[in-house]
Amino acid sequence: MGIYLPIAEMSVNMVVLLAMGGAVGFLSGMFGVGGGFLITPLLIFYNIPPAIAVATGANQVIASSFSGALAHFKRGSLDMKLGGVLLAGGVVGSSIGIYVFAYLRRLGQLDLIVSLLYVAFLGSVGGLMLVESVRAIRRARGGQVASLRRPGQHNWIHRLPLKMRFRASKIFVSIIPVLGLGAIIGFLASIMGVGGGFIMVPALIYLLKVPTNVVIGTSLFQIIFVAAFTTVVHSTANQTVDVVLAFLLMVGGVAGAQYGARVGQRLRGEQLRALLAVLVLAVALRLAFDLFVRPASIYSLATGAS
Amino acid sequence: MLLPRALLLLFVTALAGKAHAQEPVSEGIQIGLSTDRVSITADFSGANLTIFGALENVDPLISRQGRYDVVVVLEGPPRTVVVRKKTRVLGMWINTQSVIFRDVPASYSVAMTRQPQDITAPANYRRLALRPENVHLQPLDPEENVSTLKEFRNALRARKEARGLYVEYAGGVQFLSRNLFRATLRLAPNVPVGTHRARAFLFRNGVFVEETSALLTIRKAGLEQRIFEYAHQRSFLYGLAAVLLAIVTGWLGRLIFRKE
Repeated sequence: MGIYLPIAEMSVNMVVLLAMGGAVGFLSGMFGVGGGFLITPLLIFYNIPPAIAVATGANQVIASSFSGALAHFKRGSLDMKLGGVLLAGGVVGSSIGIYVFAYLRRLGQLDLIVSLLYVAFLGSVGGLMLVESVRAIRRARGGQVASLRRPGQHNWIHRLPLKMRFRASKIFVSIIPVLGLGAIIGFLASIMGVGGGFIMVPALIYLLKVPTNVVIGTSLFQIIFVAAFTTVVHSTANQTVDVVLAFLLMVGGVAGAQYGARVGQRLRGEQLRALLAVLVLAVALRLAFDLFVRPASIYSLATGAS
Repeated sequence: MLLPRALLLLFVTALAGKAHAQEPVSEGIQIGLSTDRVSITADFSGANLTIFGALENVDPLISRQGRYDVVVVLEGPPRTVVVRKKTRVLGMWINTQSVIFRDVPASYSVAMTRQPQDITAPANYRRLALRPENVHLQPLDPEENVSTLKEFRNALRARKEARGLYVEYAGGVQFLSRNLFRATLRLAPNVPVGTHRARAFLFRNGVFVEETSALLTIRKAGLEQRIFEYAHQRSFLYGLAAVLLAIVTGWLGRLIFRKE
């Protein structure tokens, strides 16, 4: 079934997009990730212009994060204060990101930078996850109990000035790394169309030593607002948010996430992480492949720039 | 699909030459559009557009010999286009060179009575800026290097042809009677919206006689058009609406699936 995307100005297959949203939603439910980092590359593979794929990806992230965050809001398993400071950094990072995005687009280098960022981030995160999970699987086979290392000693981050107390997280840290982390996530959100949970969660756990029970809720809280901010600014500055496209992805995604979560509960944590790592690496390889292989045409057209 | 009202019909025009009956009158060509709007709906996947037209003061002898030829062009709205070229840098294919052209027809669809070389000489097509290879492509920077310009012009045409936006259809114009003709033009699925210009050229024995034109607006139907306009004119509110839609969808999804 064909459907016309009003902003992308092209006809696409509705079933393909619903299935794409559903598959990513399934994976995000299974692995507990937002899925933005899979949606944008998949849209690019499906010939949606990267500028529209990124902005629409940010819009789609809101729906999946909001759906996931509701449970955490109810249980109160989030740190509003920490989320707020992260968000302040996020708004600054996202604003810079939008400016860079528009500049790269004018230069004609946006597609390249988006691909490069994806290859770098997905490649390194996927690689690290694969190594870690394979080790965990080996340990489990060897009969040892896998334990999440959470050392109590202070690192360089705790020596920075401007300290602030976050009660829900039971931490007392400088706001500099918190703002910085928020800004990096915001920047990536506006250039890559991701929520950034795949960087935020490990950073909160390992760098800021936030207790695991409030990490996911806080991360989702900040992602919703940064993605919302990014969507509005992309829409205002670049007119690249396609609501028809976003809606199809959201519907598929929200439905898929529920089934994914059920399957995820039955799989072992380290196996799940190994699977996700393989998937992330596969997307990174495919993007890298497109960069290095001679394109079908070395010429491309862009309309509207003056 | 095109809406039925999009079918373009003929306005039969009165013969203009009657007042000058003594002088040898030259032939004329007319096309008329019954509607000046074509709407693209959500399931649009390309379509054929039919234009009817008439010749005036037809010479019966030449008509019998089939020496009248008609070329009909549907030209899309002029746009500024950047053509970029990728070269290999550190093993990666990167955009390194670009040329900006202004007032490039977004689409260019041609229908003609016969094979182009049987209608008239290439020089005549060039003079009339007719057919995709003769579309006038003006660079924004007049100082642009000549060989670069040639390369990028060819690339622009080739990319447009590959996307089905610059097309030619020999046999796309058929005579229904001695002076009535019908032109069938192909609209690509990604046909640009905006004001298109339909132009008809009449040739007699390979000599250009007359040209006529009519305007036609191609727009998105109903909801698609409103979304597009809203996104461009009220882009801030559009962004807020997109955020709201996402929140409602996420919330509803939670409600629906929790009840199961």
